[in-house]
Amino acid sequence: MTALLEADRLSKSFGGVQAVHALSFTVREGEILGLIGPNGAGKSTLFNLINGVFAPEGGRIMFCGIDITGEAPYRIARRGLSRTHQIVQPLANMTVLENCTVGACFGRENLGLARAREAAREAAAIVGLEDRLIMFASQLTIAGKKRLELARALSAQPKLLLLDEVLAGLNPTEIEHMIGVIRRICERGVTIVMIEHLMHAIMSLSDRIIVLNSGEKLAEGSPAAVASDPQVIEAYLGDPALAAKLHGTD
Amino acid sequence: MLRRPFFWIIALVVAAFALAPVIGDDVELRESLLLATIYITLASNLNLMLGYAGYVNFGSIVFFGLGGYICVYLVNAQNWPLAAGMLAAGIGVSALALVFGLGILRLRGAFFALSTIGINEAVQALVSNFEPWGGSSGIYLSADVFQPLGGPGQALWVIYFLLVAVMGLSLYLSYAIKTSKFGLGLLAIGQNEDAAAILGVPTPLYKALVYSASAFLPAIAGGLYFFKSAFIQPSDAFDLSLSTEAMVITMLGGQGTVTGVALGAYLYEELRGFLLTSEAFSHFQLVIAGALLLIIVLFFPGGLMGWIYSRFPRTQRVLE
Repeated sequence: MTALLEADRLSKSFGGVQAVHALSFTVREGEILGLIGPNGAGKSTLFNLINGVFAPEGGRIMFCGIDITGEAPYRIARRGLSRTHQIVQPLANMTVLENCTVGACFGRENLGLARAREAAREAAAIVGLEDRLIMFASQLTIAGKKRLELARALSAQPKLLLLDEVLAGLNPTEIEHMIGVIRRICERGVTIVMIEHLMHAIMSLSDRIIVLNSGEKLAEGSPAAVASDPQVIEAYLGDPALAAKLHGTD
Repeated sequence: MLRRPFFWIIALVVAAFALAPVIGDDVELRESLLLATIYITLASNLNLMLGYAGYVNFGSIVFFGLGGYICVYLVNAQNWPLAAGMLAAGIGVSALALVFGLGILRLRGAFFALSTIGINEAVQALVSNFEPWGGSSGIYLSADVFQPLGGPGQALWVIYFLLVAVMGLSLYLSYAIKTSKFGLGLLAIGQNEDAAAILGVPTPLYKALVYSASAFLPAIAGGLYFFKSAFIQPSDAFDLSLSTEAMVITMLGGQGTVTGVALGAYLYEELRGFLLTSEAFSHFQLVIAGALLLIIVLFFPGGLMGWIYSRFPRTQRVLE
């Protein structure tokens, strides 16, 4: 598998806090890469660096072999890199269809309005919003808004999709549905990097997992390997003895 | 274009404006409708910024005034024909707006709104001290400039028809932008600029383009208006109260809608005419405009059109 995204020693700090420190990793084409770590580990900051919301203070990002470091978010979106937000950002007074049409119009394919509407309908159907197309985004429930985030990102027909906690705040039924949706998206050939706190979901979905702690990579590997890494358990539970004990009895 | 019902509604409005005063040769009606064309032009173009992109432009009158100056100066001192003068006003002011827009549209919210007032004040101060444009005493046109249009009497009709055309183009521009990809991008910016950028909308370019587009027709209208007055001075050309009235109209009619803003402008002009001629209110026109703005913002955020849409949902399909 070839590398779709390569991050080379990325760094970003806020005031005195080093949010991401000399972080390097690769996303392979076609995989689902899970990104976990305690609160404040730098996961969302990393997404903001990748899609251009923040410019990194050091390091380089290559997407499809092109250096995109420091490019504006709208340029990066055009290149086929879409994302969802942890805190949903709907275009509130626009309908579900219009929201998705924006994604399709200004995404990778740079579609005209008519074809963008078709792509938007398709994306809405994939996440299960096809019967709410003419509802205003503000009228959707939280679960609906999360799906809208995903549909809008999908409408752009991205090569790489960054999912920032799309499962947070959903009930178990909605989570099951969303997991199915994410699988289907991956099967359509879209590479996915996802941040998630819900362990059973990310363990079952991810091909590989990277664990972040204090802005640095703590571990990387298959879900099983990462789950049994004492350092990872320590980062989550904060107690080496407990970590060793858990590991022992696992 | 010809199959869309809304295009024909615009055509109908333009025809009504053009024909109403001709039937019966009613000069008084023409003068009242002439003011309405200017209000509709100013408010419709302000709506591109305010209603679509969500940027409060308090100083939109600078386009009107600067257009007036460019046109009057070229006709008076350089002997340009009116058509060339008004086009030069439109293109010149639009180009300036593009340059300014790329700069000030980095600001958001209240900071942007303040900077637009600043631009208007700065241009007014500059023009007041610019001798080729007559400084603070302004430029007077001689009666000769009306000769190519068939003398003063006929010239007033020609100017009126041109202003009706400018109004029609303003409505069409609002409509065309609203139903285009460009318009969709602007609406997205108006809702949530950061989210729009992340979805791929080229926000700096779009904002500068719409700022520039919203300058073109008001500048031409300014050229025609001050040519008609045969006189222009800084305090008339850059009068912020006209900017405020354009805001009131846009909010009154329903920002983001084409029909509402046109309707709001027409109603406001009628109301204004009534207030100015009635003895009790003649000095309170702007006070009432202010109170009106307050009531709309507090109780009818969707304006006239928002009320019509919610009352008669079917109108949404026809009236943009």
